Amino acid sequence: MLNLLMDPNTQWVLFGTTLLGITSGVLGSFALLRRQSLIGDAMSHAALPGICIAFLITGEKMMGALLLGAGISAYIGTYCIQAIVRHTRLKMDTAIGLILSVFFGVGIVLMTFINRLPSGNQSGLDEFIFGQAAAMVSGDVRVIAIVAVILLVITLLLFKELKLLIFDREFAQGLGLPTTVLNGLLMTMIVTAVVIGLQAVGVVLMAAMLIAPPITARYWTNRLDHMVIISGLVGALSGGLGTFISAPITGMPTGPLIVVSACTLFLISLVIAPERGLFVKAWRLYQLRKRTAQEQILQSLYERTEEQYEKTETIDAFSREALEALRPLSDFRFKKAVANLQKSGDVEAYKNGYSLTLSGCERAHRVTLNNRLMQMYAMHELQFASLPMEHYNWDFLSIPEDDRNSLDHLLKEHQLQPKLLHRLPETERINR
Amino acid sequence: MNPITANNITVAYHRKPVLQSVSFEAPEGKLIGIIGPNGAGKSTLLKSILGLVPKASGDVNIYGKTYRKQRQIVGYVPQRGSVDWDFPTSALDVVLMGRYRQIGLFRRPKKNDVKEAMSCLEKVGMEQYANRQISQLSGGQQQRVFLARALAQNAHIYFMDEPFIGVDAATEKAIVQLLSELREQGKTVIVVHHDLQTVKDYFDWVMLLNVRKIAFGPTNETFTSDLLQKTYGGKLTFLDQKEEEGVPFA
Amino acid sequence: MTYTFWILLTASLVGISCGIVGVLLILRKMAMLSDAISHTVLLGIISSYLITNSLDGFYMFIGAAIVGVLTTVFVQLLNSAGVQSDAAIGVVFTFLFAIGVILVSMFARDVHIDVEHSIMGEIAFIPWMTVDWFGIEGIPQAVWMLGFVLIIDLFLILLLYKEFKLSSFDPGLAAALGLPVGLLHYVLMGMTSITAVASFDAVGAILVVAMLIAPGATAYLLTERLHMMFILSAVFGVIAAVTGYFIAAWLNASIAGMMATMAGVLFLLAFIFSPTHGIIAKRFSQRKIQQVDIET
Repeated sequence: MLNLLMDPNTQWVLFGTTLLGITSGVLGSFALLRRQSLIGDAMSHAALPGICIAFLITGEKMMGALLLGAGISAYIGTYCIQAIVRHTRLKMDTAIGLILSVFFGVGIVLMTFINRLPSGNQSGLDEFIFGQAAAMVSGDVRVIAIVAVILLVITLLLFKELKLLIFDREFAQGLGLPTTVLNGLLMTMIVTAVVIGLQAVGVVLMAAMLIAPPITARYWTNRLDHMVIISGLVGALSGGLGTFISAPITGMPTGPLIVVSACTLFLISLVIAPERGLFVKAWRLYQLRKRTAQEQILQSLYERTEEQYEKTETIDAFSREALEALRPLSDFRFKKAVANLQKSGDVEAYKNGYSLTLSGCERAHRVTLNNRLMQMYAMHELQFASLPMEHYNWDFLSIPEDDRNSLDHLLKEHQLQPKLLHRLPETERINR
Repeated sequence: MNPITANNITVAYHRKPVLQSVSFEAPEGKLIGIIGPNGAGKSTLLKSILGLVPKASGDVNIYGKTYRKQRQIVGYVPQRGSVDWDFPTSALDVVLMGRYRQIGLFRRPKKNDVKEAMSCLEKVGMEQYANRQISQLSGGQQQRVFLARALAQNAHIYFMDEPFIGVDAATEKAIVQLLSELREQGKTVIVVHHDLQTVKDYFDWVMLLNVRKIAFGPTNETFTSDLLQKTYGGKLTFLDQKEEEGVPFA
Repeated sequence: MTYTFWILLTASLVGISCGIVGVLLILRKMAMLSDAISHTVLLGIISSYLITNSLDGFYMFIGAAIVGVLTTVFVQLLNSAGVQSDAAIGVVFTFLFAIGVILVSMFARDVHIDVEHSIMGEIAFIPWMTVDWFGIEGIPQAVWMLGFVLIIDLFLILLLYKEFKLSSFDPGLAAALGLPVGLLHYVLMGMTSITAVASFDAVGAILVVAMLIAPGATAYLLTERLHMMFILSAVFGVIAAVTGYFIAAWLNASIAGMMATMAGVLFLLAFIFSPTHGIIAKRFSQRKIQQVDIET
């Protein structure tokens, strides 16, 4: 194993695939955010006829010429997709599928011509279909490295312009940015990233290199700059891992292993990522359901008690029916929530129903207040449009004082402020 | 028995509540408008009643049974933008779709169904467009085709999501005509509506909705400036103007 | 029965069955899902070989159909987990295809599952791979399978015509009317899978996408009627297949590649010359509108 890693050929391959991973990861981020992931798939397939034509013209496997041919025909394919969507009622997905399969078909036809040429049998063009990273030689890697560096430098220099372009093209135009040029440049850069990856990963699987690293990165961050960096790292890691695993096994194709590594990294992130991962999401949903049920019971109890205290100045227990009339819950949820509330000492069960304890009364007060503030907020959403409620987790008790005061004022106006807690006389509170 | 009884409907996207504990009982044979500001959850309320969005809590009964059991008596007119009008099909064909349940799984439409669909098209004044491809119809005509399709369902309760949006005056008139016809037949119609000016003319009952139900009742009792203020908060400026102009609003 | 006859029959069967299934895929905006399915068929074939240890067409057929449907299930799962749909498709199919390629190169190097073959298909060998089924001799296996699949496709589309129509046009209403929308989706995915598998031998994984999408897309530019779209799509499928074969024979080039190319050429013709949706007709009607504007 170590011997193999010391082998200069393997080192070149490793270097090449890692670089490819970085570039496709970085540029794939932009494609993903524009919801154009599958265009990469179309580009790589559409590159095939260009490769063949370049070979037919030059008559030999000249890397530069092949890449140029690939780029041109991938570009034409992309243009065709856009033309179809613009001029007909066909939708994007149909246009992509149509172009990628038809261009690939043309490529296959051209390939049969090449295979009949005397030099064709050794042309090695087949490796563009499935990729053959192991066959990369130092010359190929040098070409890849130069192109990759150029792509990365352009991305770095134009980062904020590209960011604005994918986020809000019209606004970018309004700012006077040359959006058409930028858009063309971005497309060209994505095409280039696809083209240099073809030799290693192949036409069929290239799409994965543009898609898997960025969606993996998306799970770990909400910021574009971080996403682009993480995506590049994920791409590099998958490129390296795939090469590393496949190198010692004879006959093991590198491209598919790179793709499997990238997809595995994605699947892992999908499950365990903080905030967006499935585990965390499921846990949060469970907590939310549990809390909502408890809060609904607390608020119903509070409102019933409030109502009664207003009339009779006494406090009583309330039956499940009386609570259900305000906010019905399923049998299972009700029992479970009540059991939890009893355990936390917020609710006591009596023969004739349920009643709030002192601490329960305070908690119910907070819940009720928060929900009623939410109502005020919803009714006057425009007035509070600048209040970042997501940031406060929709907890109105933690918002700045000014906003809180105006919401309180509204509550008073609608006579909705929760009164129970403050009305209960001290003795009543203790001697129940 | 009430055509619709809704209990404690709560819908939330992520953590943001869209509907909060909405409960109501709709009376039979009335035209009912649901009004409220943008983002108040009007369409969401319809969709949650029809089971098209998941509810966080609550249940809905149609004539005392679950919606699943009563589908055959419920008609739904979605927003016009919700379908692809490039679909290769004719106006008559779209109306026929309303009868698919009566026709039954695996069966083809019979002459009778076609005749029925045709008469529904006539009711909305679209009979001469029966064979027109749907993308060649104007917005108002498309809306009328949707209404004809709902008629073809021959339901007892109709739900309509913003049927008046983006239609011409003729279509608006046709829809109003149709609504009162449905009421005469004793059907219950619930319409999501945004134009406050026309509420009093179009609906017998209104629900004021803003995440939670603000009020629900006969229009002349419910559509009051006080309750509207409560629903729209400070956003409702035209109300004051109206009152200044001396137009009695409540 | 001559060699050419069998090839033309196979190609036509591919054209018809892909053509009619493709119409539904296009109208439901699921064209790329068919691309995904056609790729993952490879994994189905190699898995069924590894499990049964035989190259029996029937087992492969079942294996591929199962993986095809699984592909759509995975895409749906990722979708509901919040992954945007195009990325979900892209990840699922490349992942499954990559696993397929790895399995082939690890366990099945020496058998007749050639990855290249699976991509490009080899219709030229089909007339020689005959089987004796139901006591009838000398009919190629691919023809049996394609005929069988075509009958299933036709049967299901005729049986569920109006259900497919409504659930494609307005899934909301279809659900509200109580149509089994989810089931219809998986029926269509099943049809796509078996059609892709049966066509696989003839045209390969990627070119089957051309046969699925291009004829339907061409028909979409020429008609306003759904049933007509099915008929035209099937006809274009056959035309592409037959002309593709003859041109390929004449140029001595890949038959499957040429079939896909011809499907593309037919689309290009419709794109330019369609009386209703072609760019010439559109230019013309635009000019007319401009003239009217000037006159008035």
